[in-house]
Amino acid sequence: MMAIQVDPRCLYTKTHEWVRVEGEFAYTGITDYAQQQLSDIVYVELPEVGDRFEKGEVFCTVESVKAASDCYLAAGGEITEVNEALVEHPELVNQDPYGEGWLVRFRLDNPADLGDLMAPNDYAAYAAEQEEAHT
Amino acid sequence: MTYVPHTSAEVAEMLKRIGVGRIEDLFEVVPAEHRFPAVDLPQPLSEMEVMAELRALSERNVDLNHLTCFLGAGAYRHFVPSVVQHIISRSEFYTAYTPYQPEVSQGTLQAIFEYQSMICDLTGLDVSNASHYDGGTALAEAIIMAMSVFRGRRNRIVISRAVHPEYRETMRTYTQGFGIEYVGDDDPALSLEDLAALVDDNTACLVVQNPDFFGRIHRLAPLAEATHAHKALLVVVCDPIALGMLKAPGAEGADIALGEGQPLGNPLNFGGPYLGFFACREEHVRRMAGRLVGETVDVRGQRGYVLTLSTREQHIRREKATSNICTNQGLNALAAAVYLAALGKCGLQKVAQLCYHKAHYAAQEIAALEGFTVEEETPFFKEFVVHCPRPVAEINERLLREHRILGGFDLGRFYPERAGQMLLCVTEMNTAAEIRRLAQALREVTR
Repeated sequence: MMAIQVDPRCLYTKTHEWVRVEGEFAYTGITDYAQQQLSDIVYVELPEVGDRFEKGEVFCTVESVKAASDCYLAAGGEITEVNEALVEHPELVNQDPYGEGWLVRFRLDNPADLGDLMAPNDYAAYAAEQEEAHT
Repeated sequence: MTYVPHTSAEVAEMLKRIGVGRIEDLFEVVPAEHRFPAVDLPQPLSEMEVMAELRALSERNVDLNHLTCFLGAGAYRHFVPSVVQHIISRSEFYTAYTPYQPEVSQGTLQAIFEYQSMICDLTGLDVSNASHYDGGTALAEAIIMAMSVFRGRRNRIVISRAVHPEYRETMRTYTQGFGIEYVGDDDPALSLEDLAALVDDNTACLVVQNPDFFGRIHRLAPLAEATHAHKALLVVVCDPIALGMLKAPGAEGADIALGEGQPLGNPLNFGGPYLGFFACREEHVRRMAGRLVGETVDVRGQRGYVLTLSTREQHIRREKATSNICTNQGLNALAAAVYLAALGKCGLQKVAQLCYHKAHYAAQEIAALEGFTVEEETPFFKEFVVHCPRPVAEINERLLREHRILGGFDLGRFYPERAGQMLLCVTEMNTAAEIRRLAQALREVTR
């Protein structure tokens, strides 16, 4: 297994999503650990712009050759942009999970929703622990 | 080769290993009175005697080789060229199971691919699966697909009362627990325009049948427009034979087209097995249940066929799958493909035209009878509604007993508002003489 990368600009959920806040908006995607676990991603089922989700609701399903996995929105809000590039190139999630492989951009209803997320170092430790448990 | 899997010696050895004296001892937990109940059966017969007895029993039934048939209502008697039975009886097709191993299943896979291609042509849609159990289950899968497209955010389905009543029952059974609100099929007064007006932003799809259960032909384009204005899907249940004549539903704006595939090369078979055909726009292909065969190339660049997206439902999506139906009616779909290939485009058009013209001839003959009226306000295909002067069951009973004619479907059975109305079906199999004989018989039995 390759070393797990984390992006220092992001916050992390226990369900392996990352969130990068930019003002009242945030980008979200799945972590490097998540994409490694899923292996080759073949399809990303994205929500539509304008869809609204509560904190913890499923907003997207990522499908690999091994499994289909739901992604949970880390904070309540409205989808303002989806990564259309993933329709033709779902492998971007594998290649660049924190960059070109982002899933959606959303407007945060309440930044306090992000209070229970993990800092990069804490997530790195958490993911390492998870990996330990799986091997 | 022996067909008895275990010798007495092997059975004795196995019993000894598990410490049981006799096989009967394995059933001791079953209460004694239920263990070997006395069954009142006649003495054993020889094979010759059994054949004679069964033949005598079967000859007490009547079948369509000995009757004149004007019954349709979802299962249709069309001519099946003998090549169909010959091809599907080849052991390579007849005994083959799921073609999971493409390197040894190219024939089966190619046949399914041809079937899918022809269904796409007929429906005017992008992708077809390898078939469902029957028309009713195909409709249920269409509903589930439409619900899945909106990921549970829309829970209203608008459906016409003129969709086959048994399909609607199947659909409701399949989708119990989905929290779907079905509207539109409880009110006989609603027109298709009224139905289209019921579509709102919470509606996943509008379901209509064309030709509808009463044989009537409708324009789908205005329904597609009204449905798409709310970003909902238009689902069309159709008769594949009628598609030899009518504009393809996909070309009129349908997003999903499905129906009973039995009329394509499958005999009536006492009600089954049949096949449901199912086609949709490509954007929904990942939500399509069942099996899908795709064309690809092997490492040498040669054309080949494989189950594509094949493991998704069972192995990858699992509980997230749109549906866990992953089987198909392989042999029936093959019969449909052979039938369509044998007839060709012109042949199918000809069958459709014969059905249409003969049905209209029959309608004209019956409309001339005293006491009978034919519903002719809307164009119809091979079935039409006749208002009768006597109860339909009584007319049918006398047609059968006195004239050896299987009469039309008694609409009062599913539509209380249509008591006294008969749905007659005429296909290319009915001769002009049979049609005149039907008119004459109807005159006699209602005199």
